[in-house]
Amino acid sequence: MSKIEIEGLYKIFGPRAKTQAMPLVKKGKSKAEILKQTGCTVGINDASFQIEKGEIFVIMGLSGSGKSTVIRCLNRLIEPTSGSVKIDGENIVNLPPEKLREVRRKKMGMVFQKFGLLPHRSVIDNVAFGLEIQGLDKNTRLEKAREAIDLVGLQGYEESMTQALSGGMQQRVGLARALANDPEILLMDEAFSALDPLIRVGLQNELLELQARMHKTIVFITHDLDEALKLGDRIAIMKDGEVIQIGTPEEILTEPANEYVRSFVENVDRSKVITAGTVMEKPYALAVNDDGPHLVTRKMKQTGHSTIFAVDRERNFLGYVSIDDSIELTKKVPLAEDDQAKRNIRGIIRTDVATCSPETSLNDLLNSAANSKMPIVVTDENGKFKGIVSHVALISGIAGDETSETEVCS
Amino acid sequence: MLMKLYEIPVGDWFEALIKFFKTTFDSQFDAIREGLGFLIHQLEAALMMLPWWVMLILITALVFRRSGKGLALFAGFGLLLIQSMGLWNETMLTVALVIVSTTMALCIGIPLGILAARKRQVERILRPLLDFMQTMPAFVYLIPAVTFFSLGIVPGAFATIIFAMPPAVRLTQLGIKQVPEEVVEAAQSYGATPRQLLLKVQLPIAMPTILAGVNQTIMLSLSMVVIAAMIGAPGLGRVVYGSIQAMAIGRAFEGGLAIVVIAILLDRLTHSIAQKRK
Repeated sequence: MSKIEIEGLYKIFGPRAKTQAMPLVKKGKSKAEILKQTGCTVGINDASFQIEKGEIFVIMGLSGSGKSTVIRCLNRLIEPTSGSVKIDGENIVNLPPEKLREVRRKKMGMVFQKFGLLPHRSVIDNVAFGLEIQGLDKNTRLEKAREAIDLVGLQGYEESMTQALSGGMQQRVGLARALANDPEILLMDEAFSALDPLIRVGLQNELLELQARMHKTIVFITHDLDEALKLGDRIAIMKDGEVIQIGTPEEILTEPANEYVRSFVENVDRSKVITAGTVMEKPYALAVNDDGPHLVTRKMKQTGHSTIFAVDRERNFLGYVSIDDSIELTKKVPLAEDDQAKRNIRGIIRTDVATCSPETSLNDLLNSAANSKMPIVVTDENGKFKGIVSHVALISGIAGDETSETEVCS
Repeated sequence: MLMKLYEIPVGDWFEALIKFFKTTFDSQFDAIREGLGFLIHQLEAALMMLPWWVMLILITALVFRRSGKGLALFAGFGLLLIQSMGLWNETMLTVALVIVSTTMALCIGIPLGILAARKRQVERILRPLLDFMQTMPAFVYLIPAVTFFSLGIVPGAFATIIFAMPPAVRLTQLGIKQVPEEVVEAAQSYGATPRQLLLKVQLPIAMPTILAGVNQTIMLSLSMVVIAAMIGAPGLGRVVYGSIQAMAIGRAFEGGLAIVVIAILLDRLTHSIAQKRK
């Protein structure tokens, strides 16, 4: 079961939304037509998607795309016109007010674009607000609030008034308030959009660090594609109230669903999003550490390469062998003893080669690539050999030459 | 003759309406008269219980704590001046009238303002009503006040309450509406009940604006004091009004001066409280 399931969600603003506008929407009339005929604005048009436990789900779109309306339907700050919103399998659309408050109190914390802090309260009283609403006694809530303040690095500011703080600090207060109750779901509505670029990047990184420790289910709204690609495990792109595409950042970049998405992703810095795992290739041949030098030399001659990567029988990556070393060794080893235990290539494996994980972005590979003529080796977290990223693959991956990267790697 | 046809007897209707109220709600009006009269006279008695110089010291000390040296100095000298002009008792009576009227106006006005901020229908009804109350010349309230409560301090208080209430309603409503949408959403998203939203978020944030309304209400009550004297309300208003009728220009000025002293004191005092809240 998904953490959040949205099914056939519609929101139409206006007095005659249900009676007049809904039928037109279902007939597939455009947003502009409906506005003209009924005076109603279509906020969300048939959105359906699931958000999995522990993922950062980014909803991206320009202003008016309905993204902020969607996130407000998740806790019913805005009432959906029709459709269902299930949280842990429970449809919250029909919950009576007390039950809805219970869900809001226990399950979610929300962070707002302009922070939404209480100007008449100190930092700690702001952070403790959600707990206070639930009727927790003062000591318990202040203790929990302190923990949340520590999490976001606001120690020492507990008694400050929020308006004396910078935007970045204020949003930390907002984040701490959302975390104070340890909710399973974080709703972040353009949480970093009002901040300076540098501060924004800093907070993005901190959010990712926090998430690596806490594994919340985060719904993050943004109009900034770079932010979406950086934070999102999956991204939903919205336009005119409709969800156009849902996918991982790489899917969005490499397989845009239509022209709109394509034009969006056109100017993205692909090197930060495309990963080594996507562009890596299988090498033509591999040497095993038990191979003898004659075999290894032949493998290199066959493929026309002057080096060959070496692994053990379990495919753990060891290093590489150069053709010069290999030929040198063949002179000492009779051909007949080539694959015997003492006569293998273990002694000549070199290790001065860069490695990376499949999740490493191409941007992070550029440095290693510039410092070595060797391809970069991709290994998984256990050190098993996965593939290599050659200079050519790296460059074509960044340039977006999709044919070469999708066909070569497997 | 033709002109006569188009004459609408609005005045007659209003008179009939007032008479209808008078006959239908006579016992209620009596109860209000007794209640308000009782409140004002109790407060007046309390204010006059202590000798003037004790009161003077007490008020000056209170002002000193609330707003500091400058205003305390002004309070001391101002009250001394009032005493030396022989207007102490009248001043206390006026203060009692203002306090009771203001309190009543706020008790009705602030909840109305809250209601108007939350429910659009209430706002729709209140708005023209408030326009009417604010622009209708204050003298016009006097006659129905007399009809309902006869002469004396109670119709004065009644007219004052009506006249002074609009800013309390308007500024309360404005203050609550000015609370940023996201702050309200934040409170709701954490599961605040409507009551918690009002008490923990909307009212505290709106407080400076509401206090500006309180200040306005006090000032309007004071300005109504002289007018209320026309229907027999005692106090500083009667000093001024009586002196005008007797062409005693000096005495009228003294009465006016006492009102000014009280006005400045109350204004600065409420203002400083509002400032501290911010």
